[in-house]
Amino acid sequence: MEFNDKQPIYLQIADYVCEQILQQAWPPGERIPSVRDLGSSLEVNPNTAMRAFDYLQQQGILFNKRGMGYYAADDAPDQVRAMRRARFLDVELPDVFRTMTLLGITIADIETRFTAFTQATSAA
Amino acid sequence: MINLDNVTFRYGRKQPVLQELSIQLKPGHIYGLLGSNGAGKSSLMRLMAGLLYPTDGHIRVNGREPRRREPAFLEDLFFLPEDIDLPAITFARYVATMRAFYPRFNDEQFRAYLRAFQLPSTIGWLDELSLGQRKKFIISFGLATNTSVLLMDEPTNGLDIPSKAQFRKVVSAALLPDRLVVISTHQVRDLDALIDAVVLLNDHELLLNAPLEQVSQRLRFEISGRDLPADVLYAEPSLRGHAIVRENVDAADDTPIDLERLFNAAISSPQRMKTLFPAQKR
Repeated sequence: MEFNDKQPIYLQIADYVCEQILQQAWPPGERIPSVRDLGSSLEVNPNTAMRAFDYLQQQGILFNKRGMGYYAADDAPDQVRAMRRARFLDVELPDVFRTMTLLGITIADIETRFTAFTQATSAA
Repeated sequence: MINLDNVTFRYGRKQPVLQELSIQLKPGHIYGLLGSNGAGKSSLMRLMAGLLYPTDGHIRVNGREPRRREPAFLEDLFFLPEDIDLPAITFARYVATMRAFYPRFNDEQFRAYLRAFQLPSTIGWLDELSLGQRKKFIISFGLATNTSVLLMDEPTNGLDIPSKAQFRKVVSAALLPDRLVVISTHQVRDLDALIDAVVLLNDHELLLNAPLEQVSQRLRFEISGRDLPADVLYAEPSLRGHAIVRENVDAADDTPIDLERLFNAAISSPQRMKTLFPAQKR
């Protein structure tokens, strides 16, 4: 399994779980694969997979039924989108701003592009 | 649980291979044992397995002294050496003979591991296997013994590319809470997501024994611009600037660990490493 060097592995696993939830492969209220099965299929230490599950539980995306395993919360897709949104605004956007400053790109330049982009995607 | 208390080991009257080593390894973890060539990794594993005896100090594996080689110790530990010598007997004969020494040996698991490594079920004579096939065979056997301690010296050496991924899958699945796995390796990229703790030997001493979670709380692995921060432990040039290791001031904000850089940082700044990761008190 390939992991990138941008984020700790447990967060990359958490992202993978979130992606499965958003794509409805693991729908709300259904049991998801066990820590052990997920760890093995992603070729990572089960303790690292456990850490990803703990993290998602803290975020309210997963919940644990004692002796049964982990389940996606009823509002998991909304929670995932809220978490992604926060990360985009807090982490990814400042990176974009840094590049814009470095290259002298203004908000007006971006707005033109963004308008063109939304028109193109809504027309498609 | 493996406990080393002030263990020194030397061959004859030569310089010690390991000097006053105190280490505690706990079940439920996969330890990566790292060190330069000649740092004493293989000797350490052989000491734990009871194949070498400490010159000084004490070793306990689940409460037993390896050097006594009690049956209860031997049936609960599997050691996979780097070079595997298999006898000139058939596969079936080997398994029938050797499984008797391991009361928790599981046939079903053994067959599943062989399948995972795509070893043909028609193996005949063991001495006719290639290096890679010997490795796959003995890894499968070792995992199937279900011993609570599993020591593997360079297990991925000689494995082909798909088998390395299979190795990670099967070892991940085999880590139960009461099992302790130690893997010595130079191939850190093969195993960096599989291990969850690192034991680093340097200069015949223990330099670091820490869970990776703790490493990422205390150290940052970053790319820096032209000006290196003052607190940098280690820096190497990279395409995007300097790849650096520095102290982490915000434990909640952790960066992904690069084991190669961790290793280089540790051997280039051993004193700071020991201060950042003080040996556990007992």
